[in-house]
Amino acid sequence: MEFLTILINGLSIGGIYAMIALGYTMVYGIAKMLNFAHGDIIMIAGYTIVLFFPVNPIVGIVAAIVFCAIAGIVIEKVAYKPLRGASPLAVLITAIGVSKLLQSAALIYSKGAIKGVPITTLGAIELFGGNLKIDVITLITIVCSVAIMVALTMFIKRSKTGRAMVAVSEDKGAAQLMGINVNKIITITFIIGSALAAVAGALMIFKPQGVEPTFGAMPGIKAFAAAVIGGIGSIPGAMVGGIVLGFIEAIFGATPLRDYVDAIEFAILIIVLLVKPTGILGKKRREKV
Amino acid sequence: MALLEVHDLEVNYGVIRAIKGISFEVNEGEIVTLIGANGAGKTTTMQSTVGLIPKKSGKVIFDGNDITKTPCHKIVHLGMTQVPEGRRIFQELTVYENLLMGAYSTKNKTGFKDDLNKIYERFPRLAERKNQIAGTLSGGEQQMLAMGRAIMSHPKLLMLDEPSMGLSPLLVDQVFEIIKEINKDGTTILLVEQNAGKSLSISDRAYVLENGEIVLTGTGKELSESEMVKKAYLGG
Repeated sequence: MEFLTILINGLSIGGIYAMIALGYTMVYGIAKMLNFAHGDIIMIAGYTIVLFFPVNPIVGIVAAIVFCAIAGIVIEKVAYKPLRGASPLAVLITAIGVSKLLQSAALIYSKGAIKGVPITTLGAIELFGGNLKIDVITLITIVCSVAIMVALTMFIKRSKTGRAMVAVSEDKGAAQLMGINVNKIITITFIIGSALAAVAGALMIFKPQGVEPTFGAMPGIKAFAAAVIGGIGSIPGAMVGGIVLGFIEAIFGATPLRDYVDAIEFAILIIVLLVKPTGILGKKRREKV
Repeated sequence: MALLEVHDLEVNYGVIRAIKGISFEVNEGEIVTLIGANGAGKTTTMQSTVGLIPKKSGKVIFDGNDITKTPCHKIVHLGMTQVPEGRRIFQELTVYENLLMGAYSTKNKTGFKDDLNKIYERFPRLAERKNQIAGTLSGGEQQMLAMGRAIMSHPKLLMLDEPSMGLSPLLVDQVFEIIKEINKDGTTILLVEQNAGKSLSISDRAYVLENGEIVLTGTGKELSESEMVKKAYLGG
């Protein structure tokens, strides 16, 4: 039974990391930048849900998705678009700046108080005569993340916009020669990435610790690690990397090493980078002269 | 009537003046070639005309529209596209998906099937390999795919940047045959080539580009008989 518990927990934690990692990897693949403010989008989702929760939890989640998508568009237009063609270092520092700006704004907004939703658990179901106890939110998380990953894969493979995203990620110039508006594709990428982060935020909110300005910081960094482990730029890679990280967390969380889970995860990131710098599913890109 | 007019085009790379104020035109139905050595500015001219790289100054008129400042993707919608240097097909997509991307700017869904069949007829190799990942094609097949992909957008003007580069002599002949066919079907062609002999033989007119300036112009026949061209580009 313990094995099943670990499996289910791993899938659920991994599903959340995968959803966040997808945002990192898609933006990296298409805009060729590391959006370090991506984790803070989760925090915006958290505050939005807390704000609208008294009205209706579903309204809160929908509002969070909409707000985060708008935040994604605004951040891209205001902070990143003017730097298109600038050195990668300038863009990276800007992204870190945006992250700090969002966290500081959240600190002013919350006045340092931790805000939470009034319920911290959705209950649990018991299986096998009480031998296996699973939180309802864990099940919802698994179903949501699997559904989202399948839907996203279909969208990328089957839709005109999805294929245009693949084309832009491979060769911006050639994509423009097909008549693809690269700026529009980048905007769509930020919308999808931010919306996925909002869903992840919604699934993370039913926890006693509540929402604070750094609510998205740690999951953001870990999801970034997941994207790198899977192979940054690769969509299936982000999914695999997320799930791998989720299982590591679930497995070590069930051992006396549970306090060192974060350290173990980042150690594994370092090992993966040493053994296979492109990540599990990453491809070596040909450098264009 | 001139389909494309380029006036006093200047392009800089940082402080380097790559294109120093050139003017040329392509009339409807023509095959026009820009010949020149490596580094003469041929690709720069092509890419700035289609809006892929910024122009310093000058004016570009296409089909009656001033497209000097129009972004590349909009120019494609107006009916001008390019087979870029090095083909630049989408390596991770299949042959079919590449052709689908070529039709990105077209609205007509039923037309797509007909266009696709025409491409497969013209390039039987692409039909055989339609579900293959494009990155696994040979150089010649990739050139066919790049041309097929460009034709899918129904361009009025098709620019081809070094289509013969890296191909065997047999394939080079084939590529030039196909360019002639595309032109016969009503598409105006602007060609950039290092293979001056072949390209002049199929061109109505040509321009010789040297160090970012046009130094000579004339019909394909005139240029292939010119002493200067013979000496510099035709090996004697």
